[in-house]
Amino acid sequence: MAGGIKKFVVGSFDDEAVLFPAVKKVRKAGYKIHDVYTPFPVHGLDHALGLRETSLHTAGFIYAVTGTTTALSFMSWVFTKDWPLNIGGKPHFALPAWIPITFELTVLFSAVGMVLTFCYLCQLSPFVKKHHFHPRATDDLFVMAIECTDKTNDAELQSFLESAGAKEINVQVAETGWWIGRYDREQKLYREEKGY
Amino acid sequence: MSLLKYESQLREPLVDGNKNYHQVTEDIIKPIESKPTRLWYIGFYISVLLLLFGVYSVYREVTYGIGQWNLNKSIGWGWDITNFVWWVGIGHAGTLISAILLLFRQGWRTGVNRAAEAMTIFAVMCAGQFPIWHMGRVWMAFFVLPYPNSRGPLWVNFNSPLLWDVFAISTYFTVSLLFWYSGLIPDLATVRDRAKTKLRKLLYGIASFGWTGSTKHWQRHESLSLVLAGLSTPLVLSVHTIVSFDFATSVIPGWHTTIFPPYFVAGAIFSGFAMVQTLLIIVRKVMGLQDYITLGHIEAMNKVIVLTGSIVGCAYLTELFIAWYGQNPYEWYVFSQNRANPFTPYGWSYWLMMFCNVVSPQLFWSRKLRRNIAVTFFMSIIVNIGMWYERFVIIVTSVYRDFLPSSWSTYYSPTVWEIGFYLGTFGLFFTCFFLFAKYFPVIAVAEIKSILKTSGENYKAKMTSIEKSDAEKFYIEEVENAH
Repeated sequence: MAGGIKKFVVGSFDDEAVLFPAVKKVRKAGYKIHDVYTPFPVHGLDHALGLRETSLHTAGFIYAVTGTTTALSFMSWVFTKDWPLNIGGKPHFALPAWIPITFELTVLFSAVGMVLTFCYLCQLSPFVKKHHFHPRATDDLFVMAIECTDKTNDAELQSFLESAGAKEINVQVAETGWWIGRYDREQKLYREEKGY
Repeated sequence: MSLLKYESQLREPLVDGNKNYHQVTEDIIKPIESKPTRLWYIGFYISVLLLLFGVYSVYREVTYGIGQWNLNKSIGWGWDITNFVWWVGIGHAGTLISAILLLFRQGWRTGVNRAAEAMTIFAVMCAGQFPIWHMGRVWMAFFVLPYPNSRGPLWVNFNSPLLWDVFAISTYFTVSLLFWYSGLIPDLATVRDRAKTKLRKLLYGIASFGWTGSTKHWQRHESLSLVLAGLSTPLVLSVHTIVSFDFATSVIPGWHTTIFPPYFVAGAIFSGFAMVQTLLIIVRKVMGLQDYITLGHIEAMNKVIVLTGSIVGCAYLTELFIAWYGQNPYEWYVFSQNRANPFTPYGWSYWLMMFCNVVSPQLFWSRKLRRNIAVTFFMSIIVNIGMWYERFVIIVTSVYRDFLPSSWSTYYSPTVWEIGFYLGTFGLFFTCFFLFAKYFPVIAVAEIKSILKTSGENYKAKMTSIEKSDAEKFYIEEVENAH
């Protein structure tokens, strides 16, 4: 749940063309980028940040196979073991007739499983609240949050970001995880005296 | 983004006007934040009235039984199943736009996918009503589910196309809903972050699931969308295939044919696109979204209409030919008499269908007519009428003259409650659609932003001059920046 309270230098960019070189520079300079928040999926940004590929699709495949097996094994069990029905003398194990349902369950398991996994991995759920570094990160700003360590010189980092093209720069102390909360209320998880 | 993708200057811009990212947000989210217009209220109340009429019609049917409808001994499926197939078909365009066009990398889908997906969900909701209430004893509806019961357990018949339908429609609804909502989450977060009132912050805060726009989340979101599109593509084809199996696996002349699956799928896409046109032509006008749903979008959809309409026409003719060529006298009688003979009781419906679905869409070979909004709107209505008649023709003309000529004479026409039920689903559909248009972003904001710099009018204009002045430098810069 709580990811911990950390200090961040936050730079907001208004153009992804400026953002890409800035990401490169910041990483080269040895700073640790906590995350970049963008209003839309910026292609290649995940690579620029050095993120590994997601394996969500692999999970999707596993769910799909689960669906296929569930459907086939269940129908076989019902029609050959549990209650074999004689339908016009046709075989009990009527594989061709089960293809539609098998296919539907494959898709259903895969889709539902993937969406749930996606929500779990990204910690998405109703009543989940997270720290937002900039309200315009969902509108038109590309917001880069750089994690500060004990050794980080804030002032230096801020001017470095400015030279890299950031339009707005500030320092924020924030909770990195998520908590149960509502967006119409100001809620802080940590007490002021805790440090920062 | 713009640096990674380059779009030919010959292509028409997908977003007109001088737009930047913020302007896109403003344009699309403004209608959610302002009070609905008078037109919205009028439309909404009419829809609710229709819905109430539908609820009353269904109430009559449940209380007094299926006899409230004019179904009879040979016509066991009439308006109800016609409407079911019609609504399911309409839903297909949404999935086609959001899934198949995503896989085909069609940029223009971004302007219309959100509304089309919403249409899919509402249309499937409407479709589902018909088989459910047609059960008569609707309180037994859960018998279609394979659950461990105290009757044996007596399981459902997994070999029956009607059960396949249960699985197909419910899977289709679930997957479409998940696909639509996962796409909505980032846009709802945009609405949340702009919200001024407490209530709006609360509700959109709940609805947006705490979305931040983190790069890792976007990466997973992209992967999710792509796989869901990959799953939805065969799914959408399977759904109407299975709906057509309801007919094709029977031994009724006129139904027992192998052409049904592809023919139904093409027809579904055809009617779905017509409905998308009807809705979006109104939406773009009422909400002032002409810059996002451009003439180019309308033209692209009209191209799909002329293509699928012609596939459907081809299927009609093939079916007719095979009925003759197959030398089955019963099959040929259905086609030559019940359908193609205009002097039989339902002959007119066959020719109406032919005219609406096959002849009239041919207008769209003309670019001028494809880009004419009035013509498109009119045609979209014609196509939907035609596609309704297609299902009517398939169902009713195949069964009204059954194997026993003495039971032929019955002329089937719907009762007011049967019509009321149909109108009620219109009420349901439009009530949902009006609420959607008011409270949700009708265009995928994030997706429009992601194509803005490649396909926006102002950005394209800028690119043209750079491209022309120094092509080599342009290329190097683009490629350098991309990596």
